[in-house]
Amino acid sequence: MNVDANPVGAAGAPAFAARVPGAPAEDANGNGPASPRALVQDLSFYYGPNQALKRVNMPIADRRVTALIGPSGCGKSTFLRCFNRMHDLQPGSRYEGSIILHPENIDLVGREVDPIDVRMRIGMVFQKPNPFPTSIAENVCYGLRLRGMRGRVQLAEAVERALRGAALWDEVKDRLHAPALALSGGQMQRLCIARALATNPEMILFDEPTSALDPIATAKIEELIAALREQVTVLIVTHNMQQAARISDYTAFMFLGELVEYASTAKLFTNPSQKRTEDYITGRYG
Amino acid sequence: MDKIELGQHILSRYNEDLEQLRTDVLQMGGLAESQLRQALHALATSDSSLATEVANLEVRVNQMEIDIDDECNRTLATRAPAASDLRLVIAIIKTITDLERVGDEAHKIANIVARRGGLERGSVDGHRIVRHLGNVALELLHDALDVFARLDAPAALAAVRRDRQIDEEYDAIQRQCMTFMIEDPRTIRAMIDLMWVARALERVGDHAKNICEYVIYMVGGRDVRHVAIEDVERQLEAHAATAAAELAPSAGTGS
Repeated sequence: MNVDANPVGAAGAPAFAARVPGAPAEDANGNGPASPRALVQDLSFYYGPNQALKRVNMPIADRRVTALIGPSGCGKSTFLRCFNRMHDLQPGSRYEGSIILHPENIDLVGREVDPIDVRMRIGMVFQKPNPFPTSIAENVCYGLRLRGMRGRVQLAEAVERALRGAALWDEVKDRLHAPALALSGGQMQRLCIARALATNPEMILFDEPTSALDPIATAKIEELIAALREQVTVLIVTHNMQQAARISDYTAFMFLGELVEYASTAKLFTNPSQKRTEDYITGRYG
Repeated sequence: MDKIELGQHILSRYNEDLEQLRTDVLQMGGLAESQLRQALHALATSDSSLATEVANLEVRVNQMEIDIDDECNRTLATRAPAASDLRLVIAIIKTITDLERVGDEAHKIANIVARRGGLERGSVDGHRIVRHLGNVALELLHDALDVFARLDAPAALAAVRRDRQIDEEYDAIQRQCMTFMIEDPRTIRAMIDLMWVARALERVGDHAKNICEYVIYMVGGRDVRHVAIEDVERQLEAHAATAAAELAPSAGTGS
C-alpha cells in the first residue's frame, strides 16, 4: 500500500491539520492543501468468515472528493458502507480497526457510537434512485422530521435550501407536492441528494450514483458533486474511471479487499506507482 | 512504474492501435533521418539533384505528421487512454512535431545547396567546417529514434547529455565564421550560408534532445524539460534506490 505514513495521534490535533499524503500544495481550484476529515486506520471487515476488507489505511480529505475505484468485488462498496454503518444489520458481520472522524475524533465503527447519529452526519446516495413513495417535499423533510423539526416555515425553508443545493429547485418548485416517483431518473437521483443534504451532513457517500443515468443526467450529477465539495466531504464509488478522473481530487484503487494505491487523482491517472493500478486503469486487468 | 508495456490490453484492437502508432512514428523518424542524411550528402557533394529529393521527402514527412496526429486524436477521443498509454500518446504527439521540424531543418540545408550550388570552396572549405557537426547531429537523431523504439530511459538521458557537445561545436563554428569574416569581408556571403547550415544542425540536435526527453517522460512519468541533467540523474538514482528498498523482502508487508 502506498499511503505515506500519516502521524495520527488519538487526540491528534496536529494529525488532522497534517496534509493529506500525496496532496499537491494546491489543488486544481487553487485551494490550499486539504486536511483529513476522517482517518481510516487498519480497517478490516468480515461478512461471517469472509474477510471483505483487509487492514485499510487512508485519509479522507476534508471538503474534497475522494473516489474509490476497483473491479467488482474488490470491497469498495463494503468500505463505503462502513462509513454510515450499513452493515450493522448483516448477521455475523464484524468491524476491526477504526474510522476516526475529526474534529471530535469519534470512531464511526466503534460499538459505543449510535449508527443513527452517524447517519445524521453522513448521508448516502445509492446506485438506483430510491425516493420514498411520497411527495417531493416529504422526501426532503423525512430526515428533518426524524430529528424533531416541526415548524412548517422552517421545514419549507429547509426543503428549498436542500433542493437548491441539489440543483433541482427550479425544476420542481411548482410541484413540490407531486409524487416523487413521477420524476425522471436523473431528477429522482438529485432528489435523493437533496434528501441527504437536508440534514446538513458533513460527508456524503455516493455508491455509483450515475450508473443508471443517461449522459446528460450524469453530467448534472457530476456538476452537482463538484459544487457540493465546497461544503461537504464526498466519498464516491464509481466504475466509470473517467468519471473518477473528472470529479475527484483523490483516488483510491482497491483490489481484493486491499487498498493498493491512494494518491491525488492527477497522479494516479497519469503516473501510478503500483503496477496493479496501472494495469487496471489502462484496461490491462484480467 | 519504470516499465512500459504496450500489449496485454483486454481490448486487442487497442494493443494494435498503439503498436501501429509507435511503428508510424518510427517510420516517420526514419524518413526525417534519411532527409537529413541526404541533405548532408548534398552539401558534401554540392549535388543539387539530391537537394530536390530532400524536398520530396519533406512532403511525405509532413503528411505523416498530419496522419499520426489524426490517429492520436482518434485514440484520445475513443479510448480515453490513462497512465502509460496516455503518456505514450502525449509523447507521440510531441515527438512528431520535433521530427517534422528536423525535416524542415534538412530542407533548409538542401535549399542552400540548391540555390547556391553548395558551400563555397574558395579560400575556406565550408563543408569541412560543418562536417563534424553534421555527423554528430545525425548520430544523435539516430540514437533518439533508437531509444524511442526501445523505450530506454537511461540511454535517453545519455543522449540528452550529448546535445551539449553539439552546442559547443556550434559555438566554435560561429567564432570561426566571425574570424573569417573579419579577416576577409569577401567571405561574408559564404560564411552566412555556413552559419545557416550550422544553425540548422544545432536545431536538429535540440529536436533529438527533446525526443529523448519525451522518452524519459513516457517511460517513468518524469518531466525533465528545463531541468539540469545533473538534477535528473540525481532524481533517477534516488528513485532507483527507493525501488530497490521496496523490493527488499522486509519491506513487502503490504498496507
